[in-house]
Amino acid sequence: MEFFWYVVLIVILGTYVVLDGYDFGAGIIHLFFAKTEKQKKAITNSIGPFWDANEVWLIAGGGILFYAFPTLYAASFSGFYLPLIMILWLLIFRAIGLELRGQFQHHMWEAVWDKAFGIASLLLALFFGMALGNVVRGVNLGMVVNGVSTQEPHYFFLPLWNSSFSPQSSQLGIIDWFTLFLGVVSVVSLMIHGANWIIYKTSSDLNPKLKEIIYKLNFVLLGLVIISLSVWHMIEKDPFHNFIENPILFIFPLITFIGLFGLFRVKNFKKDGTGFVFSTLFLVGGFTSTTASIFPVVLPSTNSINPSLTIYNVANEPYALSVGVYWFAIAFVLVIAYFIIQYKVFSGKMDDVGYGEH
Amino acid sequence: MEEMLFYDRMQFAFTITFHYLFPQLTMGLSLIVVYFKWRFLKTNDPHYNKATHFWMRIFAINFAMGVVTGIPMEFQFGTNWAKFSELTGGIIGQTLAMEGMFSFFLESSFLGMFLFAEKILGHRWHFVTGLLICLGSWASGYLIIATHSWMQHPVGYEILENGKFVLTNFSALFTNVWVWPSYLHNQAASMVTSSFVVAGIGAFYILNNRNVSYGKLFLKTGVVFGLVSSLVVAMPTGDLLAKNVVKYQPVTFAAMEGIFHTEEKGAEIVLIGQPDVKDKKLDNKIAVPNVLSFLTYGNWNTEVKGLDQFPEDTHPTNISGLYYAYHIMVGLGTLFIGMTLLAIFQLMRGRLFQTKWLLWAFMFMMPFPYIANITGWYTAELGRQPWLVYNLMRTADGASPTVSSGNTLFTLMGFVGLYALLGMLFAILIGKIIYKGPEPEKH
Repeated sequence: MEFFWYVVLIVILGTYVVLDGYDFGAGIIHLFFAKTEKQKKAITNSIGPFWDANEVWLIAGGGILFYAFPTLYAASFSGFYLPLIMILWLLIFRAIGLELRGQFQHHMWEAVWDKAFGIASLLLALFFGMALGNVVRGVNLGMVVNGVSTQEPHYFFLPLWNSSFSPQSSQLGIIDWFTLFLGVVSVVSLMIHGANWIIYKTSSDLNPKLKEIIYKLNFVLLGLVIISLSVWHMIEKDPFHNFIENPILFIFPLITFIGLFGLFRVKNFKKDGTGFVFSTLFLVGGFTSTTASIFPVVLPSTNSINPSLTIYNVANEPYALSVGVYWFAIAFVLVIAYFIIQYKVFSGKMDDVGYGEH
Repeated sequence: MEEMLFYDRMQFAFTITFHYLFPQLTMGLSLIVVYFKWRFLKTNDPHYNKATHFWMRIFAINFAMGVVTGIPMEFQFGTNWAKFSELTGGIIGQTLAMEGMFSFFLESSFLGMFLFAEKILGHRWHFVTGLLICLGSWASGYLIIATHSWMQHPVGYEILENGKFVLTNFSALFTNVWVWPSYLHNQAASMVTSSFVVAGIGAFYILNNRNVSYGKLFLKTGVVFGLVSSLVVAMPTGDLLAKNVVKYQPVTFAAMEGIFHTEEKGAEIVLIGQPDVKDKKLDNKIAVPNVLSFLTYGNWNTEVKGLDQFPEDTHPTNISGLYYAYHIMVGLGTLFIGMTLLAIFQLMRGRLFQTKWLLWAFMFMMPFPYIANITGWYTAELGRQPWLVYNLMRTADGASPTVSSGNTLFTLMGFVGLYALLGMLFAILIGKIIYKGPEPEKH
């Protein structure tokens, strides 16, 4: 039962990464590359009717985490207190930037909300990458000081940073060189993803330039992936053991690399949606490979006194978990149906949807 | 510890109060918007479709505010109330996860279509998307009330040795005696807010002599929906809820009504008065003898227990706040019934639109259903104290063990600043929509 809900959680969060990922990415592209009013409008139109539904995947992920793994939810949300609240603030800023910009036609008003939307998108991409980094690296569970737990074994608290910025320090922080590095990987890959979305959903005159940008960024991304593979062992002992024991899991890294290498052909794609498929593969593969490498651990312990949190020691009780399967099955079918209807109604290019003009 | 708990509670109270300004409008308003669209389908009168669009714009902004201020609510269970989440997540996580899966996806998927795809969908399907959003938001309310009801009156659980609450009966969560009275009471109260907002803006247009035909439509619709919903708020839902409180939380009932000493030969109902908790009495009291006994037990002389019957460590922690919240809610609820009755009376005589003073009254009445809704929730939440899960888990035991008070104060200040900004922007945008009106002048 725990495994079932773990898969559900990974599917929901993975979908969230792909969906909100493209609108974060579109926001970063908007910040750095959209110059004319028409280009900006095309970008916001292309994500306008979707971003809200995309964020619901995060809320649903939070809900499933709360329900299926309450101890993990309680421990991680209180332990990562500050960055989580800041993510909330950024989500709010981003939403109001997107929704308010079109309300008054004045260049100062528009400039303010353009920046709010763009900068919040950039910081969110960075923060979510760092969040993944924190989960992989682990935390000082039980807040062990000199070999003694000062809290219950699953609780912890992390400050934003410590003076060494090192993931191997005994005093950990949210921001260290490793998590920051994953943050950068996240920003670059979401920029590619967002650019692909814009190419797919608009006929903006920015699109040819975006293909050029994707092509260049893909080299950067390849470099970052190579670096991350070579430093990963410093963070996680034996990151490949799950893959070696279960070679079927190699499918996840394989998907990642298909996505990554496929995108080098971005200038030759005949259909506008092809690039988006490849960047989706990269994100899905990257996310699942990372979670598979630490499975069944969901939050590693960096001390030897308290055990890591696994899906088995943080889960809800069997009855509650099995009764949820029934309602979840119904709900999930409905969610897929809404999703199909939504993307059917807003199919094709979206330059002229007129988002935010009401 | 005390300080930490104080900031945790302040932050939750502040963010939930601000958040609930929006859903209380959108839940009711979605029904009124759908009603206008339905009238349009029936009559083909473009007025109704323009009315739909006008309220849709107001709905959209309120809905967006509800979404962005709602996400922090789900997060705060974990960030600030980790111990509570860990111990009860097996139960309330269920209903909260269901809310995400059943309501939020439904609402968010169709909202974009409702707002931007009227031309693609055609009027009939546009109406259906509106109906689906309405359904989603009412389902969301239901699941939140089911969660709330479990905290007020826990059912279907077992407590393990390590203190964890384990679910033993899924359907008990939804057949809890607390659920239906609370849900209908809350939804009707949400209808009151939206009815009074629709009526108030209608009154404004009539008085302002612009968009008068819409003004009349809004006022008429508002007072009809308003009368029905304010009656439902009082009877049967409010009455049933009060009886639940008497039965299961008698100490809360005593504090709400301001009864410090048991009244053996029938209790008076207090209309006005200031509680003096230290000396256990009410100052400047105006009360009607024996009425409370009658309302509660159907008998003028039945004993009503006072706070003196209960050990002090089970008394609600803020007796004065609870007493005021309850009395403000009840007082306003009575006023709403009176005003809408009068308005319907005038409407039937064909004089409603000429009764200037009543139009002014409706216009200035707009904030008060919000106050009634919020104080109603304060009654429920302050009334549950000092418990987080009634009689089983104290609020003091629910907070996050590792988050320091300095960090909570930091984020509380951040929320206050951010929400102040949101509130200002909201006021500007809504003001702009109301100023432009349903039929903006062509340029």
